[in-house]
Amino acid sequence: MKSGIRNKAIYALLASMLCAASASAQVGYERILNAADEPENWLTYNGGYSSQRYSQLDQITPQNVGELELKWMLQNQVFGAWQSNPIIVDGVMYVTERPNSVMAVDAVTGRVFWKYRHVPAENARVCCGANNRGVAVLGDKVYMGTLDARLVALDRINGEPLWNVEVGDVNLAYSVTMAPLVVKDKVIVGVGGGEFGIRGYVAAYDANTGAEVWKTYTIPAPGEPNHDSWDADDWQYGGAPVWITGSFDSELNLTYWGVGNPGPDWNAGQRPGDNLYSDSVIALDADSGELKWYFQFTPNDGYDYDSVQVPILADMVWRGTPSKVMMWANRNGYFYVLDRVTGKFLEGKPYVTVNWSSGLDENGRPIPTPQPEGMPTYPGNQGGTNWYPPSYSPRTGLFYFSAWKDYATIYTAEEAEYEPGRAFLGGGFTVLAPAPGAPTIGIGRTNPINNWTNEVGHASLKAMDPQTGEAVWEYDQFDVSDSGMLTTASDLLFTGGREGYFHAIDARAGGLLWHVNLGGQIVMAPVTYMVDGVQYVAVISGNSLATFALRD
Amino acid sequence: MFPMQMNSKTKMPGRTPGALLPFLLLTLALNLNSTLAQEDGDHQYTSEAIAEGLRVYTQQCALCHGPQGDTIDGIDLRRGVFRTATSDDDLREIVTGGAAEGRMPAIVLRDEELSGVIAYIRAGFDPSGIAIKIGDPERGKVLFEGKGECASCHRVNGIGPRTAPDLTSIGAQRTPSSLQMNLLDPPTALLPINRPVRIVTRNEETVVGRRLNEDTYSVQIIDSQERLRSLLKTDIVRYEISDAPSKQPTTLTSEEVADVVGYLLTLRGLQ
Repeated sequence: MKSGIRNKAIYALLASMLCAASASAQVGYERILNAADEPENWLTYNGGYSSQRYSQLDQITPQNVGELELKWMLQNQVFGAWQSNPIIVDGVMYVTERPNSVMAVDAVTGRVFWKYRHVPAENARVCCGANNRGVAVLGDKVYMGTLDARLVALDRINGEPLWNVEVGDVNLAYSVTMAPLVVKDKVIVGVGGGEFGIRGYVAAYDANTGAEVWKTYTIPAPGEPNHDSWDADDWQYGGAPVWITGSFDSELNLTYWGVGNPGPDWNAGQRPGDNLYSDSVIALDADSGELKWYFQFTPNDGYDYDSVQVPILADMVWRGTPSKVMMWANRNGYFYVLDRVTGKFLEGKPYVTVNWSSGLDENGRPIPTPQPEGMPTYPGNQGGTNWYPPSYSPRTGLFYFSAWKDYATIYTAEEAEYEPGRAFLGGGFTVLAPAPGAPTIGIGRTNPINNWTNEVGHASLKAMDPQTGEAVWEYDQFDVSDSGMLTTASDLLFTGGREGYFHAIDARAGGLLWHVNLGGQIVMAPVTYMVDGVQYVAVISGNSLATFALRD
Repeated sequence: MFPMQMNSKTKMPGRTPGALLPFLLLTLALNLNSTLAQEDGDHQYTSEAIAEGLRVYTQQCALCHGPQGDTIDGIDLRRGVFRTATSDDDLREIVTGGAAEGRMPAIVLRDEELSGVIAYIRAGFDPSGIAIKIGDPERGKVLFEGKGECASCHRVNGIGPRTAPDLTSIGAQRTPSSLQMNLLDPPTALLPINRPVRIVTRNEETVVGRRLNEDTYSVQIIDSQERLRSLLKTDIVRYEISDAPSKQPTTLTSEEVADVVGYLLTLRGLQ
């Protein structure tokens, strides 16, 4: 009897604790909207709706960063580039693994609570690896897009699937590789498949049921504005995928999305016209999906200059005027500042050697200077930069990103015929090599030996001043880098690169403060979070997720 | 046109080829007078098939396998390194049926496209490969070890110095046209990683050698004493990479060059 009473008391206590736990575990829209106010968590792909990848945490400083030590590692069980960006909610990390698994991980020890595995359909096709870049969270759910173009909702506490809906037709090579963006009560994703003749779109789903709420194509249909930027039937398989997570301005109620290349990739002559809204940023109403404005970076692109970079939003005094700006280092080699209320072009300058264009006109439209056949085009096919997320620090006022310098490719164009679900490329490219047949840079790095050398191209971390459009400082690497950026309130900048070094850099002056050899390519951005008063920095290198904190 | 440049962090006025030449010379130095006779090899694939293969490869294969065919772990198409395949029929089956649990998708190709892409792989990704004249390996070996003085710097099958690249597997690594160009026009053919380097360290040691690997913070070298050295760039006060030729163009006759190429092509690793 006695023990029965004690048990009852314990159950009551447990029940109240569980209730409390599940209440605190809720991640409502308000929390995500105000993510900057809880820097102990990392609530969206880019750490908040403005995508600045800037954290208020300041326990790790330029003075003590040398005392960072490894706290735990998590080994991937699947080989291939690990591009996933972890989300951290109240001490639990959610990270995806190739092709489409989600893990809930104790953010303090690295031990795994649960793992959910989605097996994509066998005919799923993606151009560049079975990549997945992470999840989104809302309430008690976690959301993942899949290689076979589905959107899956899981119970965030126990990992059980709740619903699983079709986003696109896998038979036509639609896919989802991005982390979804949750806005209010909707989960928003875009589709990949720009190398397979898809017609791109962004679509929003009811976060509770998975029902489609809106769907906005990135290529206008007949009768819609700008449809005449396509010839004949080209619009039906013109690509323009959306494969990187967008940003959101709650005051304007606008979501912003970078749109990828038109198809076929390399034969621009086959699809005359500007090919809107390929290689553009589009502003979509968060509730209706209605297109409010667009800005096209590369009209009639023949170089695969996807504009899938993360739209970085900031409110600043820009050249004397309080402004709501968007900063964008584009794959085409130009750095842009746009007015994100209207989409108006404010500034644009090349940040690497650019020879496909001789400059931008007053509206930001590039003046094309196509190179003769067989001659190298700068920047090359992988671009002056690519999808890896930049950072903007409101403290330094600088925009940081990984650029590829001295990298060029030679393009060939040929007529391509669209066949459903098949590659639709229209030519190809070779990387400009310093000697015939010399090794060159690939899409990823699978060799611990760099036998191509920096002569084929190399990384330059650039700290851009949006006021001038020019770099204040640069930090070069020997190999190229597909690493994103993280900045903190103590003016630290964390980044990686293909060499497997994890670097901490002085965000103001650009000097190296600390680095460690993690041994595998870093093809994502670091994140930071805090549990029980300890600030952690986590980064994925090769097949390992490594998490650091200051020495105890 | 080519982006030639020094190391970004340790930019030094390099180009001191004179002092560095001896240990990297592929000394086939006589007179540069050869105009090579071109002839068709007795290849089982036609140049048309190889050209078609290049087109198909670029469209369907290069995105994953890379322009050199070596971006997937354990596979180097150009060099004929496959995970499971050996015969052309194996390759056919993999291309049309997919492999590696779906990571390699099944590709639908017409017959001539399929034959073309196999021809292109078998030709070492070298559309012009069959036009290079390939001579008598026996005579080439004699030239390599004797008159050509190649063996005075290069190691083959465990014999010879290690300072210049070991050529034991060179026939599997390079195409005929690349080997020929290395003899005729070394400045153009020399890979940047093989350029001679000269380094002065903070404690005033001079290290002369050849790079094996390099990254932002360090460089790995085999030095002129055949020692493996890994140097931190913070310990380096001078770092010179010669972009001048490290060996002179050969003046062997075209027949002799063809013989040496023929010999080099037989070097496909320890048997």
